[in-house]
Amino acid sequence: MDFFNTHLLSLILFLPTIAALIMLFLPGGETKLMRWFAFGASLIPFVLTLVLWNNFDLNATGFQFEEKYTWYEAINASFHLGVDGISLTMVLLTTFLTPLAILASFSVTDRVKPYMMLFLFLETGMLGVFMALDLLIFFVFWEIGLVPMYFLINQWGSANRDYASLKFMIYTMGGSLGLLLAVQMLGVLFGTYDLVTLYQQWNSLSADTALMGMTVGTVKTIAFWAFAIAFAVKVPLWPFHTWLPDAHTEAPTAGSMILAGVLLKLGAYGFIRLVLPLYPVEAKIFAGWLAVLAVGAIVFGAFGSLGQTDFKRLVAYSSVNHMGFVVLGIAAAGLAAGTADAHIAMNGAVLQMFNHGLSAAGMFFLVGVIYERTHTRDLNQFGGLFPLVPVYGGILIFTSMASLGLPGLNGFVSEFLVVRGAYPVLKIYTAISMLGLLFTGAYILKGIMKVLHGPLNEHWAHGEHKLTEINTREILVMVPLMALILVIGVWPSWILEVINKAVVALF
Amino acid sequence: MTTESLIWLIPLPPVLAFFLIVLFTNKNKALSHSVAVGAAFLSWLGAMIVFVRALGVEHLGEHPFESSINWLPTGETWLKIGVLVDPLTAAVLFFVAWTVLMIFIYSIGYHNYGQPAGDHDHKGLPPHGATVEEHGHKRVVPSIEPMYSRFFAFIGLFAFGMFTLVVSDNLLTLFVGWEIMGLCSYLLIGFWYGKPSARNAAIKAFMTTRIGDVFMLIGIAFLYSVTGTLSFREIFSEEILHTLASVPTGVFGLSAAGLIAVLLFIGTVGKSAQWPLHVWLPDAMEGPTPVSAMIHAATMVSAGVYAVIRMFPLLTAGWHEGAALTPAMSFVAFIGAFTALFAATIAVAQNDIKRVLAYSTISQLGFMIAALGIGAYIAAVFHLITHAFFKALLFLGSGSVIHGMEHGVLHTGNHNVDPQDMFNMGGLRKKMPITFWTFLIGGFALSGFPLVTAGFWSKDEILADAFVNGHMVVFATLAIAAFMTAFYTMRQITLTFLGQARTKEAEHAQETPFTMTVPLMILSVFAIGYGWVGIPEHFPLIGGLVPNWFHEFVGGTLAEHPPVLEFNIVPLLTSLVVALGGLGLGWYVYRNVNSPAEDKLQINVLKNKWYFDEIYEVVFIKPALWFSEVFVSQWMDKGFIDGILHVFGPATGGVGSAIRNYFDIPFINRFLGDGTADATWWVGKNLRPIQTGRIQQYLVLSLIVLFLVGGLLYYFLLA
Repeated sequence: MDFFNTHLLSLILFLPTIAALIMLFLPGGETKLMRWFAFGASLIPFVLTLVLWNNFDLNATGFQFEEKYTWYEAINASFHLGVDGISLTMVLLTTFLTPLAILASFSVTDRVKPYMMLFLFLETGMLGVFMALDLLIFFVFWEIGLVPMYFLINQWGSANRDYASLKFMIYTMGGSLGLLLAVQMLGVLFGTYDLVTLYQQWNSLSADTALMGMTVGTVKTIAFWAFAIAFAVKVPLWPFHTWLPDAHTEAPTAGSMILAGVLLKLGAYGFIRLVLPLYPVEAKIFAGWLAVLAVGAIVFGAFGSLGQTDFKRLVAYSSVNHMGFVVLGIAAAGLAAGTADAHIAMNGAVLQMFNHGLSAAGMFFLVGVIYERTHTRDLNQFGGLFPLVPVYGGILIFTSMASLGLPGLNGFVSEFLVVRGAYPVLKIYTAISMLGLLFTGAYILKGIMKVLHGPLNEHWAHGEHKLTEINTREILVMVPLMALILVIGVWPSWILEVINKAVVALF
Repeated sequence: MTTESLIWLIPLPPVLAFFLIVLFTNKNKALSHSVAVGAAFLSWLGAMIVFVRALGVEHLGEHPFESSINWLPTGETWLKIGVLVDPLTAAVLFFVAWTVLMIFIYSIGYHNYGQPAGDHDHKGLPPHGATVEEHGHKRVVPSIEPMYSRFFAFIGLFAFGMFTLVVSDNLLTLFVGWEIMGLCSYLLIGFWYGKPSARNAAIKAFMTTRIGDVFMLIGIAFLYSVTGTLSFREIFSEEILHTLASVPTGVFGLSAAGLIAVLLFIGTVGKSAQWPLHVWLPDAMEGPTPVSAMIHAATMVSAGVYAVIRMFPLLTAGWHEGAALTPAMSFVAFIGAFTALFAATIAVAQNDIKRVLAYSTISQLGFMIAALGIGAYIAAVFHLITHAFFKALLFLGSGSVIHGMEHGVLHTGNHNVDPQDMFNMGGLRKKMPITFWTFLIGGFALSGFPLVTAGFWSKDEILADAFVNGHMVVFATLAIAAFMTAFYTMRQITLTFLGQARTKEAEHAQETPFTMTVPLMILSVFAIGYGWVGIPEHFPLIGGLVPNWFHEFVGGTLAEHPPVLEFNIVPLLTSLVVALGGLGLGWYVYRNVNSPAEDKLQINVLKNKWYFDEIYEVVFIKPALWFSEVFVSQWMDKGFIDGILHVFGPATGGVGSAIRNYFDIPFINRFLGDGTADATWWVGKNLRPIQTGRIQQYLVLSLIVLFLVGGLLYYFLLA
């Protein structure tokens, strides 16, 4: 029991990998076994996360459940894990979405074993980023997460998957080059990669120290942008966003769920865990620039989404739009650090990450449900499906409304907090972002209209094309998502308190 | 149960009904409507108990029922949400509960409960009638709505939104209810989603109101960030209002209070369909008629006005009775008065029975908004409530008329006859007496028929306030609008009910079932009686006979009780002249008109609503679609950004092949690699001749090398 308590994080982190390795020795032909094994295995980290959530001490400051092992002694990198309220929320999101994504993948029939294994590896990769308290470990997991996703898109994706997977991989890796250099620089300067130590030492450098022939300010500015660009690509911020519609559209359904649900959060999490604490001064100086990119994402994401005729691309662009609010909140928090505005904006940003994870995963899944049946994502082929699939229609409207930010559902709470936090410090930006919010409505309604509404669609109503209603397994994927969407919309404080405590302590 | 906990419970039954119907009872129509009506009844009961208890509290305005809880942690503090019943809420709760309950009951009959399923009815389309055989011959009867249960679920959610909004003690939950109603209006206007017109109207309603909503959201964020609270009673403390009123913002000369009020007001412009965001409301007629009543009277548009009334202290911060209007107030007054007149001009030329009412709603809301703009708080609340009663009555009445006409259409089987076109009606008073008399009451109330109707008292108070306080432009505009209101209302009554039936269908129209007529009768009681609770004290002859309860009660909401208006004969005479004149003229002009061709007022610009839809299409919608479909999606993302990215592929490839072709191959491969080999081979080849195998030659060579090395060593090391 003691082992269990002291190793909770590494258990959650590595159980998926262990399960994947066990799968290696299971008979690959037994697809049913593969599915249920993977599903069962992904449930364990989720249950452990609930234990973690339950044992998490709200009033303690700093990181909890810390574990530290020697890892790369020569350069003083240690395997240091720990969570605070922000990362705990993200861990919950990851372990919550992965079983659902696996359940959503039960309809995959092609090479089930490697498919499921990749998902489990992916889970470890993502969790590692959220738990890491060592820069090098952070970077390692950051890159590890790319590999399974690359193969998922490349091997199980749709028509244009080669282009999309390559673009996804190269873009993210290219973006991370600067990050790697900056991480190395920090390691060399301080002889450690430990985040907790770095927070302190890096910020206590006096301004007139010379580093590598430059002033501290210059070095920090360069390093700030090296970090920021890596994360901006991942979030993605405008104008680094064009990999996203391609990758999302070509990925298999569950891949898109995780991609939108968790992988995008890695970028935003990077801003929160690394950029703001390591570069508070630069974050303040460049908050306006970040806000420009964020507002660009909000506005152009909304317009981009409205301009699509492919259902999945429409949803993909909506991620750009929603993640823009996360970064707007982060920019505001950077600008107003230490004030109530910053806390509110950051609360909103973190909650928005969680909320977007739920609604985007749900939306992608629902697109997948209809794609599986019709083999098309072209919105012009749909329309008038509501009478054929009333249950699906109801679920789609519900999830769309969450995505639209309807009050009473989760998205509203976080968007409201971001707007409230950002307004006093970034007035014009927030005002412009309202344009994006307006057009969020436009693309969501367009999606519903083009799929469900209109005269009964005869093509899908009869014969071989007859559209079948969403099945029980698919409903079971959606129910937990919808329940959580509603619960957070009505009673957000259970999760927001966890976030809030960490935010107040950090910013 | 304490009043406070009861207030918390008021909004809940309808939302529970929504979930119950959606999840469990949707297959069973009777159970579904029972759940919904039962829920509306519970809310009604709760509202009535609260109302009665509120009446019993002295100085309710200073000691309202309130209770709140922590909802959102915001750094070190919490954002609280809660409920509040002060006199304003109590009065609004009263009419909302009544109208909602009536509409719920009415919907049972409207959707043909108890009738057979239609022959060819589809989900998403209005029912088309069912053929039944009676005594050996077939006839067509109305058929039940195929999505009957769904309708009750949606209006349940709608009612929840409104109740939430009304009992809220803060702007955030008010906004929550506000937006939930936005969703419900979308779902219900597009209820028959199979009709493209309904589908488009639903989107138009949601998007147009959302324009207002995003401004409102900014306003809320602004207010919250400067005051640190969203709770009404905290915001309206003298200290905060004073600060807000004295901080300039540099935007159009508005103070912080003014700017916030204007931002919030733009939300109302959307929700209450004021010019220039009025375009959605007439199209909202695409929904089933109970929905129109819901939107136009009980909930949505009333909510918009209610929000401005709630924010009245903020809107008027820095202003006192009799002083010049603040810029924010002038803006509000302008929008209201302009809308009142503007919408009335359009209503005159409409032939659809529901569209006339739709424009009359916009116009009447303009009256309320204008009243608030000039600071006539009580008059605005009064008109809001009387209007809710008589407009609910009129809409339900028009639904009853349409229902009766549809009966006729089913009888004759001629589906080309539009049952909503007033020119197809005529003479319905004999066929549908209850509908006629109740509609007449509603119409007269709308026109402000003197003394007996509620509409007279409330409208008169607005005019009187404008006149006495010297807002002559507002007064004149509203007076003209009131005249036109009476005129088009009488036009409507004349064309619909008076004269002779103009079509076979109208001849075969039938009175509707009791589930529809009973709500009409109950509402007509309020359309008349509610006026009597607010008769001004100084009114000639009858003033003071009944106490002016409304002024006393609702006035107590404000920190400073508004003074009683002194009596002036001019506005009273104006009211009498415009109401009676409009009604008389309307009857006189239309008593013999039988077709649109004979109607002199079918002017194109009015019929086409001053072309606002067309203008918006060209100026906003088309460019927005072009911007998203072409500019952002094609040019920016695919063309420019991806274009740059796609340069990287060939560019790195180019660098790679350049390195290969100009460095690797010539230099490394040819020069270094092959070159070394060649050189070694060449050297070897050329050295071959000295490998002769003769010892003497080797020795001579060794000797030469020895001397050379020795010489070099000597030269470099020793010398």
